[in-house]
Amino acid sequence: MEYQTIYLILAGIFGFFMAWGIGANDVANAMATSVGSKALTIKQAILIAAIFEFAGAVLAGGEVTSTIRKGIVDTSSISHQPELLIYGMLASLLAAGIWLLIASRKGWPVSTTHSIVGAVVGFAAVGLGLDAVKWSKVGSIVMSWVVSPLLAGLIAFLIFQSVQYLILRQKDPLAKAKKWVPMYMFFTAFILTLVTIKKGLKHVGLHISTNESYLYALGIGLLVAIVGALVIARIQPDPEKDKDFHFYTVEKVFAVLMIVTASGLAFAHGSNDVANAVGPLAAVVSTAKTGLINSKSPLETWILFLGGIGIVIGLATYGRRVIATVGEKITHLTPSRGFAAELAASSTIVVASATGLPISTTHTLVGAVLGVGMARGLSAINLNVVRGIFTSWLVTIPAGAALSVLFFYILKAIFQH
Amino acid sequence: MKTLITELLGTSPVAPLQKHIKTVYECACRLPKLVRAANQGDWDTAKKLHEEIAQLENEADRLKFQIRSNLPKSLFMPVPRQDLLELVLVQDKIANITRDVSGIIIGRKMRFPEDIRDDYQAFVDLCVEAVGQAVQSVNELDELYETGFRGAEVELVEKMIRKLDETETKTDRLQSQIRRKLFAIEDDLPPVHVMFLYIVIEKTGGIADMAERVGRRLELLLAK
Repeated sequence: MEYQTIYLILAGIFGFFMAWGIGANDVANAMATSVGSKALTIKQAILIAAIFEFAGAVLAGGEVTSTIRKGIVDTSSISHQPELLIYGMLASLLAAGIWLLIASRKGWPVSTTHSIVGAVVGFAAVGLGLDAVKWSKVGSIVMSWVVSPLLAGLIAFLIFQSVQYLILRQKDPLAKAKKWVPMYMFFTAFILTLVTIKKGLKHVGLHISTNESYLYALGIGLLVAIVGALVIARIQPDPEKDKDFHFYTVEKVFAVLMIVTASGLAFAHGSNDVANAVGPLAAVVSTAKTGLINSKSPLETWILFLGGIGIVIGLATYGRRVIATVGEKITHLTPSRGFAAELAASSTIVVASATGLPISTTHTLVGAVLGVGMARGLSAINLNVVRGIFTSWLVTIPAGAALSVLFFYILKAIFQH
Repeated sequence: MKTLITELLGTSPVAPLQKHIKTVYECACRLPKLVRAANQGDWDTAKKLHEEIAQLENEADRLKFQIRSNLPKSLFMPVPRQDLLELVLVQDKIANITRDVSGIIIGRKMRFPEDIRDDYQAFVDLCVEAVGQAVQSVNELDELYETGFRGAEVELVEKMIRKLDETETKTDRLQSQIRRKLFAIEDDLPPVHVMFLYIVIEKTGGIADMAERVGRRLELLLAK
């Protein structure tokens, strides 16, 4: 292959910048609630986000990366022209990256996932022909975009109902919070570990049997719950800020829980969104190295690493500011609410990641927050946002597709003379 | 910086509502002092208090409009939007009535006849106390939101509202007592003066009535 090194360098740069952008902008949603409610300082939030985003990307990002890499485009028609796939994937990265840049400049809340999926489908459908798109897979991805916010909303509704029933409406909410909050911690750690072990780890070369994976998940769940319970036990009521039912202190107990769920959400976010940056990169790497469109070749771990590092650098350089600003604006998403939304969103996202479905983590979180609102948990929810989400779908997918078609033909013209 | 999450969480009406009733309370608190100053013939102090009352009433009005404009129809809330709007309206009336009463007293250089002076002072004190109790129950709103308007916290607020009702009943009794006393001496006083005394007594009672209605409004939120 003629320009092998150039392809690899370009893909590496584009993929890295996408990851940087994801770290800079998207991570804020996962961490800002914890900062806003003062459960974490910004420094702590950045550190936790960096660790768990990276872990999520490397340990559980494989399935979704594979979907973007080889699940959407049917390469059988272009097996004699492997360059076309390279142009297309480079074009997709460029298209999604530029579209996100425009959108964030304009202040439009658009989804990275929708941009990249729109871009990949766009170049395949126009550049390679309609048959080159695996429409059934695209259909299930689009379905998951509808299902994931709804599912997260339903889970958040149920979790928050249980919080109200078990803790907030009781006569001694503080004692009840100290009793039940470690259970929620266990649940969070258990679910995330289990799904990751069962589905994610094979991409890093670890194979663990079903029984063992339950055992590990149980162990990690218990560990988190015990450490959490020890921290919570030291929280004392604050007579100055508390009223009759100690809700101020109750929220402080939930703030400890929220550190766990925020870590979970960062992990989930890394596991799903890293693919948006490195999925196309993985496709370029395997094709450029072998000169063949060989979808049998395994995903190379360093690609997930590169994505994880990109996210962490984005977070450290620019994400700090975003987290601070968003955190200030959402202070009334208190820990007892925030944790329910985060737990619901992160469980939904890790299941999607394990299934290989690229979903919008932000929309899933929006669904979860709405679920808490429907359980009468929030004093005011702006329903216009739901309309905004549909508008962003209608704009982002065609925009990503159109840009990637454009770049596809430009790259083709440059490299193929 | 806008993200979907910041957009999604609308402005909570709780803190503005509490700020509004706090302003209203500060306004009402100046009325007993004004009555005392007027009865002592200290018109400088009385005028200063009247100006402060007018200023606080304006401030309450401004907060009321702010709350209204922050409650668009697209908001989803655990309690009906209409109920919150009516709550702020009732709260605001307390300030309006306070300003009316102080306006009449200042405008007419009104001093209460010796026979009912102490009774009226006790009456106005008690009416403002009712407002203070209304403030306390509105201050529980954030705790009510915390629990989704159910459970043990609701019982606490219901108890507070019952106490507020009792205070209002006491003001009613005081009011008719003062009226009876005024009736007994009204022939000895200038008729126009008597007319305005009745108006001021009536309006002062309205302050406690409105405080009670704040409680009624809160109760409506609980019942849903």
